[in-house]
Amino acid sequence: MYPAQFDYRRAGSVDEALGLLQENEDAKLMAGGHSLIPMMKLRLAQPPVVIDIGRLDELRGISEAGGSVRVGSLTTHADIAASDVLAAHCPVLAEAAGHIGDAQVRNRGTIGGNIAHADPGSDIPPVLVLLGASVHLQSPSGTRSVAAGDFFQDLLMTDVGEDEILTHVDVPALGAGTGSAYLKFEHPASGYAVVGAAASVTVQDGRCTAAGLVVGGVGAVPTAVDVSSLVGTDLSDDAIAAAASGLDTEDPIGDIFASGDYRVHVGKVYGKRALAAARDRA
Amino acid sequence: MTVSIQLEVNGKPVQAAVEPRRLLVHFLREDLGLTGANIGCETSLCGACTVLVDGDAVKSCTMLAAQADGASVTTIEGLAQNGDLHPLQEGFWEKHGLQCGYCTPGMILSANYLLAQNPSPSDEEIREGLKGNICRCTGYHNIVEAVKYAAERMS
Repeated sequence: MYPAQFDYRRAGSVDEALGLLQENEDAKLMAGGHSLIPMMKLRLAQPPVVIDIGRLDELRGISEAGGSVRVGSLTTHADIAASDVLAAHCPVLAEAAGHIGDAQVRNRGTIGGNIAHADPGSDIPPVLVLLGASVHLQSPSGTRSVAAGDFFQDLLMTDVGEDEILTHVDVPALGAGTGSAYLKFEHPASGYAVVGAAASVTVQDGRCTAAGLVVGGVGAVPTAVDVSSLVGTDLSDDAIAAAASGLDTEDPIGDIFASGDYRVHVGKVYGKRALAAARDRA
Repeated sequence: MTVSIQLEVNGKPVQAAVEPRRLLVHFLREDLGLTGANIGCETSLCGACTVLVDGDAVKSCTMLAAQADGASVTTIEGLAQNGDLHPLQEGFWEKHGLQCGYCTPGMILSANYLLAQNPSPSDEEIREGLKGNICRCTGYHNIVEAVKYAAERMS
């Protein structure tokens, strides 16, 4: 099983990649190739030109500055999962990256490719939405950033324009007193999340001052749950269960493995467990 | 079109012109005759095609040969030195870590990567490290024993 024929171009810089995108209609960018190559082998994608950006070291790496962690789009899931910077400032992102696929997949797959592909069963998108991350894009006319909550538009559809490259994501660091967790109900064969729940809670003097819950796998895009009822409570199991039961989506996705209703049910259960785990870490 | 690539495979320099869509596993098997990396699921799930690229375990069915330009690739054929089996190969032999053997090259290269990261893994860590490699003959008990055997020999 191999892809349809295509022309291969290797970019030596972001500017060169942007130029190649402009010159080649319907070209696709390839980083680690772990979303694009499977799509091409199944002939679900048949780009006439592939632009390999996998060697652009300027897009790789993790750094912290001013209360925010910058993760370059070419950073692999393995590097994210093992990052001391993320362990200190955004542990839930490292935790989610460690759940992706398996060791081999994490060695090649990148955060930029992952979120640009926007699979509803991906582990990263709900975490970025939970944390209020911003996604940074570059085009010949300049740069812009978009909130993660607006970046994911529909099944496999994002806000990335045809002439744009995803350069990095900025993730706000979690403050003191904040616990976070990502819990995943994994498809036993594919390794994708049937449901993945990302939660955070902030506790001061025994009372919750902020809480968030975003669930992946239930809808076409990450589903944010309104858990503001937790603020001011002592985060009892009952309060958490009531808050997580607010998970709702108009049009849940379903397949032969898990129906939409089942995913919503599991989402509530995993949402509850993720909130409780976040509380215990706060 | 073709892409000129230069890489190192099992310590030997290799130069070739490949079609862009040539997958690394096909390049290794068909162009270089290194048939140790097996083609199983072809969907990056089973791990039979696992090789090391610059020391990292990767699934060679989900990588273009063109992406390996400049890299150092190790296949199962590159593990034995001067006719002596690698401790992992010896472990799979001694502990009966295989039946049909189809998954074995991938298992051994994933285990090799695991031991490079974590020289004395627990049973659980071995199972997690080999999560991307599927055996359909019998199960994983003896495979875990084989990796532990190798870990002890290599320490």
